[in-house]
Amino acid sequence: MSNIEKDEHSGVETTGHEWDGIKELNNPAPRWWLIVMIITIIWGIGYSVVYPSWPTLSGDGERGGTVGTMGWTQYKELEESQGEIMARRAQYLSRFETSSFEEIQADAGLYAFAIAGGASAFKDNCATCHGTGGTGAPGYPNLLDDDWLWGGTITDIHETIQFGVRADHDETRFSEMPAFADIYSAEEVADIADYALSFSAGGDFPARGKLLYDEQCALCHADNGTGDRFQGAPNLADAIWFYGGTRAELINQINRPKHGMMPNWDTRLDAETIRQLAIYVHSLGGGEAE
Amino acid sequence: MLNKHAALEKNSILMLIFVVITISIGGIVEIVPLFRLETTIEPVKGVRPYTPLELAGYNVYLREGCYGCHSQQIRPLRDEVERYGHYSLAAESMYDHPFQWGSKRTGPDLARVGGKYSDDWHLQHMIDPKSLVPESIMPKYAHLVEKTVTLDDIPDHMMALRMVGVPYTDEQIDNAYADALAQAATDSPGIDGLLERYSKVNARNFDGRSTTTEMDALIAYLQVLGTMAELQDYKHDGTQRSGR
Repeated sequence: MSNIEKDEHSGVETTGHEWDGIKELNNPAPRWWLIVMIITIIWGIGYSVVYPSWPTLSGDGERGGTVGTMGWTQYKELEESQGEIMARRAQYLSRFETSSFEEIQADAGLYAFAIAGGASAFKDNCATCHGTGGTGAPGYPNLLDDDWLWGGTITDIHETIQFGVRADHDETRFSEMPAFADIYSAEEVADIADYALSFSAGGDFPARGKLLYDEQCALCHADNGTGDRFQGAPNLADAIWFYGGTRAELINQINRPKHGMMPNWDTRLDAETIRQLAIYVHSLGGGEAE
Repeated sequence: MLNKHAALEKNSILMLIFVVITISIGGIVEIVPLFRLETTIEPVKGVRPYTPLELAGYNVYLREGCYGCHSQQIRPLRDEVERYGHYSLAAESMYDHPFQWGSKRTGPDLARVGGKYSDDWHLQHMIDPKSLVPESIMPKYAHLVEKTVTLDDIPDHMMALRMVGVPYTDEQIDNAYADALAQAATDSPGIDGLLERYSKVNARNFDGRSTTTEMDALIAYLQVLGTMAELQDYKHDGTQRSGR
């Protein structure tokens, strides 16, 4: 302490410490800084009284802690913010629930409500497979065109979304094409592929291909290759190919068919969201009248 | 008062005592909650330990660092609940060691991805994400389908997890290898034993390959995420607490 002296330049006292001739000034912490620190301490105490914070010995209360004078929880806040949205939806929802698809299509307000809700649910749930714009991918149908595997009316689409395709659901849409590699030789399968290709591409086809097609394939895919939506048998005559349209891809599909799967959404989305989705998907371009 | 610290700084014993007190407060705040976990884990039904195959998939998930881009935690915020479904409960990750909540969402949250997409989709997406989601920046994980999954050490993993509180039974550990193979096959003869030991199991050939690959394990893990808890019975205010 004996070395404390007044610095002649700043007029501040030194601490009395000296290193190699360098002396330390004894400046206090800035006053504004001190005030902010004291305010945050007071704020912290107030916060812990108002909001849930301290664990309780008994383990009761909100997650085993004090409840706070406001009774606030993040779950209540979530419910309130959801309630706010539900109130805004309610003006449409009560009418939406009781209206048929035809009535919704005829009512501009309800239709816009369905499209808006469907578009947002589509992005969250469907776009991952069917593409952001609904264009699909190999093995995942394009929803913009008028080629439908299980039907393109709103009712058909609604059923597909609800119960899925080959999903774990009693009412799911189901079809299974046999593996023809177990039945036919490679040459026979190639002939069938050539005949199936000729539906859309025209040109010559091997006679044996037609013979085998009529025997095995026509039952589901129809004589002229137009398919059968009741069985989910794709149309082979429209040049739209689900698993690729080259000869080699077609031969693969006949030999060992791939079977896509779409989950049933009735356990994941609520009934009204599924109806909105059906209307939205129907509106994308290929929707058919009932 | 502002000059009182000089007394503290000039007395090493006093300084030591105050340092210990200060650090203790920090330590207590971090450690005490761990002894009160039972007050934070919600009494929701349905959550079971992972099956051996799912556990192997969980290990692949860890090894590949999926947590770097994917969280597994739906927060109780409106936009997240609208997008991903019911917010995550602590109970849903009580058997995860370490938990996979994550802290960064480059990709979407995966807490409820189970059942949302088909096995084929996961397979194709893991092999080449851009083929299904053109705007995706996820790397390819095609190597998982080439590699047979390591199952020899799964019983050891289960025993280690049991030491930190995951209720695996001796029977489950003894049958781990057989159960893992049974779950990765469609119509396997070992399925009855598997279903006896674990509830709500997805058992099928997830990746379509004849061997049990890391892809099988990872898809089995992804397909169970968020599907175990019976959320329809859950109330956040704890009124169903007696149900446990």
